[in-house]
Amino acid sequence: MTDWPSLSDIASQVQSGKLSATQLVNKSLESIEKKKDFDAIISVYKDRAQAHANEIDERVRAGEKIGPLAGVPFIAKDNFLTFGGKTTAASKYLKDFEAPYQATAIERLEEAGAICVAKANLDAWAHGSSTENSDFFTTKNPHDKTRVPGGSSGGSTAAVVLGMAPFAIGSDTGGSIRQPAGFSGCVGYKPTYGLVSRSGVVAMASSTDVIGPLTRSVEGAALVLDVMSGKDELDSTTIEKDKLGYRLEVTGDGLKGKKVGVVREYMDEGLQPGVKKSIEQAIEQLQKAGAVVEEISLPSVMLALAVYYIICPAEVSSNLARYDGQRYGHSAKEAKDLMGSYLLSREQGFGSEAKRRIMIGSHVLSSGYFDAYYQKAQTVKTKIINEFAEAFKEYDFLVGPTSPTVAFKIGERANDPLQMYLADIMTVAANVSGNPSISIPAAEADGLPVGLQIIGDLRADRALLQFAKSAEEVIG
Amino acid sequence: MSKLTRDDVLKLAALSRLKLTEDEIDRFSVELPKILDYVEILQDVDTASLEPTYQLTGLKNVMRADEVKAYQAKPEDLLKLSPSTEKNQYKVRRVL
Repeated sequence: MTDWPSLSDIASQVQSGKLSATQLVNKSLESIEKKKDFDAIISVYKDRAQAHANEIDERVRAGEKIGPLAGVPFIAKDNFLTFGGKTTAASKYLKDFEAPYQATAIERLEEAGAICVAKANLDAWAHGSSTENSDFFTTKNPHDKTRVPGGSSGGSTAAVVLGMAPFAIGSDTGGSIRQPAGFSGCVGYKPTYGLVSRSGVVAMASSTDVIGPLTRSVEGAALVLDVMSGKDELDSTTIEKDKLGYRLEVTGDGLKGKKVGVVREYMDEGLQPGVKKSIEQAIEQLQKAGAVVEEISLPSVMLALAVYYIICPAEVSSNLARYDGQRYGHSAKEAKDLMGSYLLSREQGFGSEAKRRIMIGSHVLSSGYFDAYYQKAQTVKTKIINEFAEAFKEYDFLVGPTSPTVAFKIGERANDPLQMYLADIMTVAANVSGNPSISIPAAEADGLPVGLQIIGDLRADRALLQFAKSAEEVIG
Repeated sequence: MSKLTRDDVLKLAALSRLKLTEDEIDRFSVELPKILDYVEILQDVDTASLEPTYQLTGLKNVMRADEVKAYQAKPEDLLKLSPSTEKNQYKVRRVL
């Protein structure tokens, strides 16, 4: 992950005038251009980014204090509404859409001095685990162009690994930050549900959607979280930030005495041998550094995927109902009446996966099926939440692989929706329960990245990040 | 349900306001049952003593003052995104 200083170093050098924001933005734009054959980017916000950079440089020259991310370029997954260009959600429906307001997360990052330089590719509407469901093009894994980068935040992740910007932001509803971070080789953080405002982010499953950073180091992820997090009056599901914030302390012994539970079901679940070896090695390294490691069984985590693939489509069917051809986005000109306008605009604007999810959602919410599917799933969810809560009475953190496999080949799972869903089998429990979870790089398997997933207790984001920072220093 | 008839798929499409092609109807009749079969595993889970959890934060009754505030987007900004408006309203095609 090529030569950017740490986020805090960049900011302090911009603040002191040693580096100019303009230089940094241009470096980012050059990298984006140079690596465009990885297809990570949908839109480049050249003019706005350069204008912002100019503005920051002027303010610095005038002696103004900017903020903790002064002059730091970043890339946003294209489901964040932003000024300065299009916001497409990688969908035909929104391919020409320009947002009339910005996501709160973007506003907070910009207030801190960060500069959005581009919008990254994703599975359309964030529906997917490989970025192959983008209505535009598939992003390539930075380590192997024949393989997927993971999804749905595949573009954001590839951008960070390729060095296009020192950080990116994504969304994680079933694993969409952590899984690509694992497949492509960087840090991906999913905060506790509610910690970062979802206002201005294209909604997928409102009860599990979470916003988070993709970075090269845990420290960077913590700083970005610190800037973005906290209550927002535009999102009534937001919770208070930790009083101490999330900027990490430099500590020596972050692992000593910490009780770590290795989730047995995750280790048993058909892991590729290379992945198993890498994770076992990482666990050994944690032990050597003083962590107390034991195996723990959490039988209900294996139910999380089924719970998710009922709740998620149900909420998707509701959240995508607004795309009706009347107020924004695609509208079928040839429609003769209102119903026709709905039917044709949606048929033409949505890709196959969106349609699948909307229809499954309609099914599980329909009368006669609501109790057996949706209600049942919400009740099994309680089981999963309780099991995690019990586990965290005894353990500080839970670990396992982020995915059972390394990045698969482009096209390998594209025609089998269920196989594609199974790529999320390890990440999804933390979405269903709301627990914070991070993927950090472990040792590669056959030259491909492997992610170690670390899950924390609800609202224990600070502790999780602190632990992950120490873990990052000893594994891989 | 391990089988979705063509009729079932058409019903779901209508509920979802989607006008599917013949090819899509055929494909989804095969793909959707597989997904629904997978989630059937929940039927065997004992949840008799449990309540559903609808949201994860535990927050209740998040209120705000009933006052009009200016945010980033003005009504004009929102209306101009629509293909058809009149007198500050969205104008739609005939319903009947």
